[in-house]
Amino acid sequence: MWNLLGRFFAHGGAHHETLVEPKFDILPPPFVLGLTAVVGGLLIFGALMYFKGWQWIKKTAIYIWKEWLTSLDPKKIGIMYIIVAALMGLRGLADAIFMRAQQALATTDLNGVMTSEHFQQVFTAHGTIMIFFLAMGLMFGIINLVLPMQLGARDVAFPFMNSVSFWLFTAGMILMNLSLVFGEFAATGWLAYPPLSGIEYSPGVGVDYWIWTLQISGIGSLLSGINFFVTILKMRAPGMSLMKMPIFAWSVLCSMVLVMFAFPILTATLAMLSLDRLFGMHFFTSDFGGDPMMYINLIWAWGHPEVYILVLPAFGIFSEIVPVFSRKRLFGYTSMVFALVAITFLSYIVWLHHFFTMGAGGDVNAFFGIATMAIAVPTGVKIFNWLFTMYRGRIKFASPMWWFMAFVLVFTMGGATGVMLAVPAIDFQVHNSLFLVAHFHNTIIGGVVFGFMAGITYWFPKFAGFKLNDTLGKIAASLWAIGFVVAFGPLYILGLMGATRRLDHYDPSLGWQWLFAVAAVGVVIIITGVLTQVLQIIVSIIQRKKNLDTTGDPWDGRTLEWSTTSPPPHYNFAVTPVVDRIDPFWHQKHSHKKEAEKPKYVDILMPKNSAAGIIIGGFALLSGFAIVWKIWPLVIIGLVGAIVTLIIRATSDDTEYVITADELKRMEAAHLKGSAA
Amino acid sequence: MSELKIAPALEAEHQTHTYHKTYFGFWTYLMTDLVLFAALFATYAVLRDNTWGGPTAGEIFSMPFVLTETMLLLTSSFTVGLAMLAIRSGKRALALSWFIITFLLGAGFLGMELYEFNKLVHEGLAWHANAFMSSFFTLVGTHGAHIAVGLLWMIVMMVRLAQKGITPNDVRRLTLLGLFWHFLDIVWIFIFTFVYLMGAANV
Repeated sequence: MWNLLGRFFAHGGAHHETLVEPKFDILPPPFVLGLTAVVGGLLIFGALMYFKGWQWIKKTAIYIWKEWLTSLDPKKIGIMYIIVAALMGLRGLADAIFMRAQQALATTDLNGVMTSEHFQQVFTAHGTIMIFFLAMGLMFGIINLVLPMQLGARDVAFPFMNSVSFWLFTAGMILMNLSLVFGEFAATGWLAYPPLSGIEYSPGVGVDYWIWTLQISGIGSLLSGINFFVTILKMRAPGMSLMKMPIFAWSVLCSMVLVMFAFPILTATLAMLSLDRLFGMHFFTSDFGGDPMMYINLIWAWGHPEVYILVLPAFGIFSEIVPVFSRKRLFGYTSMVFALVAITFLSYIVWLHHFFTMGAGGDVNAFFGIATMAIAVPTGVKIFNWLFTMYRGRIKFASPMWWFMAFVLVFTMGGATGVMLAVPAIDFQVHNSLFLVAHFHNTIIGGVVFGFMAGITYWFPKFAGFKLNDTLGKIAASLWAIGFVVAFGPLYILGLMGATRRLDHYDPSLGWQWLFAVAAVGVVIIITGVLTQVLQIIVSIIQRKKNLDTTGDPWDGRTLEWSTTSPPPHYNFAVTPVVDRIDPFWHQKHSHKKEAEKPKYVDILMPKNSAAGIIIGGFALLSGFAIVWKIWPLVIIGLVGAIVTLIIRATSDDTEYVITADELKRMEAAHLKGSAA
Repeated sequence: MSELKIAPALEAEHQTHTYHKTYFGFWTYLMTDLVLFAALFATYAVLRDNTWGGPTAGEIFSMPFVLTETMLLLTSSFTVGLAMLAIRSGKRALALSWFIITFLLGAGFLGMELYEFNKLVHEGLAWHANAFMSSFFTLVGTHGAHIAVGLLWMIVMMVRLAQKGITPNDVRRLTLLGLFWHFLDIVWIFIFTFVYLMGAANV
């Protein structure tokens, strides 16, 4: 029957068997969450009405719409990315707390804190959120903020596409959170292996939420990849040849090449899984000739490059921070570039190490094992380059350096266990165990998260106009590092003792409980670290007068982004800088040629704001939600809406405006006066 | 921030710069699209013998039919080239007629493809028949969806060409459309070779 509302009301929620019922379930039912959201929203609105009044709300809403939501300025888009990522990070952290609580309390009288079904949804959501929304969001946020300025550019190559990317990312985020209220989320693990994720074993809407969340935000990421790739290759300041680029820009270039080669594979793979589920195709089914292992190959052909997509920019951030705080130029710039390119290449020929147990045979496993170990070589080169940069430097141990020290400690441990896992014989023993879980958290938290925290601390004054509180930053970094070791140290031991991952219950006689309890203590320490970071932001805002950055160059920086004011004007540079070496700003500051000649202003073109990005994101969200529930008319409305909006925008000839030389001169004078005050 | 008339020198420099960025960006996009097709080709290569007892590729494709289809698309690639030449020499009417011919050839190709799909479904070989048919419909269908997007794009551009004439911005957009069309042609040559020719020869 042609049902206009799809399965929206037909869905009664899948019933799953739980072997051990917990005393209570910590996760409230969906309608409670929905009600909380509605009531909370009304309360906030009511409070604003009461304290600020309708006029203020209207004014603020218009301001946010005009200056932020429709903005094509990469600096604003970057800040929005970071806000969304931080919020999703808190949800991912909550999921982590639930998992630790479940495993620590599974053998007590409580029988854990949630049903197996909920536990499965929680670990799936945790992985999905942390990779796609926390790590990717922070990465694209930082790139948007920093990259154009480092290149001496006023904008990215395609400002409108940048806005579309952000709103697709946000649409994916909202779709994922809708699953809390309407229906359920996947209970399959964050990569949703078939046949478990096929329609036969996962008939509910959970896997569909997972697919379309990733599909929508993944297309956003792909567009971003193209955008930044072209920005780096076509928008550099005059004189900045590739080998004179800041090393962060190099890391982004390599990362974006990976995005461009990896994300289309994700798109195709998710599409095929979805076709299996929606139209009864047989790509990955266990009958009719389908091949589940094909999915696992394809998803890791995206998934392995993905971890390097995340970690390369983090390496780039450290390569900027260490020279600045050591007051020396980066040791071995050229070898750093070669190491980045080598990692980029190698990350494509190692995907099979995620499933050595597939049974591909000794020779295949040997090839992939050796290729995996080979990655340790360029990575080691980078670590030593940073250490040699610090050697005999006049090091300032500000909080970004503390994040760096935490990174060296934690990431190197992860690297070492990674080389162990690269040996197929060892991998057979610890495959799918908590040893693996500990390993990848070692590299992703230690490498990616610490890197992005360092980057945010380092570039914060550029965008806020004041520094973050240094002491609280150091405390947060220490708590994170200590908490990490306490939380994941026990998982290595448990993994070696045979504890598999994604375990919601285990036999008390195994004697694992105290180790899980220690891990839970570690999470508490990490939570304290996160709370310290929240406190750090609040305290820094209150004390901003004390930490004002009036020079635009609070750390004695080396690259072009520090040559503008903090915060920079929306056009970044009134006059396009000319570059003749690495670290141009450092040399400009220390050359004897005093006082550059008077700037020669010329007319510049800047993009106008556009609402098309957020509208396309809205239609994508509508289509995504409708396809999850098979409400086909809405799917078509969403698709047509997005296409029509795109056509209107793409055929518009009126997308830019001129700032004349005179106006520029006036604005520049006003801006300098404003930031000096 | 006034809406002043742009100085001609800035306008020219800006146009050149935008051209370079956009062309390079579009080439980059095409390469990523090629990776998407690569994933589908790889899946087809793995699954094409998994017919679950159904007929193999060699038994279901009609080569003269597919060759006609191919000729339509190859010719359309030639005519889109002629249209672009007409654009470059500023002949709007000529360009429009070549675009109309290209559109008709593309629509004919798409129609033949849909006819073939329909025929297979009626023979009981729909996309859910077995893994081979799933991968066949998805690979060829993805190409077909791209052709449909190209046709829609062509309609939009033809309307603009008729209304506004040849503007610098539209030359840029038409050049991208031309690139897109040639790209789809190249992908089809691979589909023709791997799916149909090798299928018919049972390689």
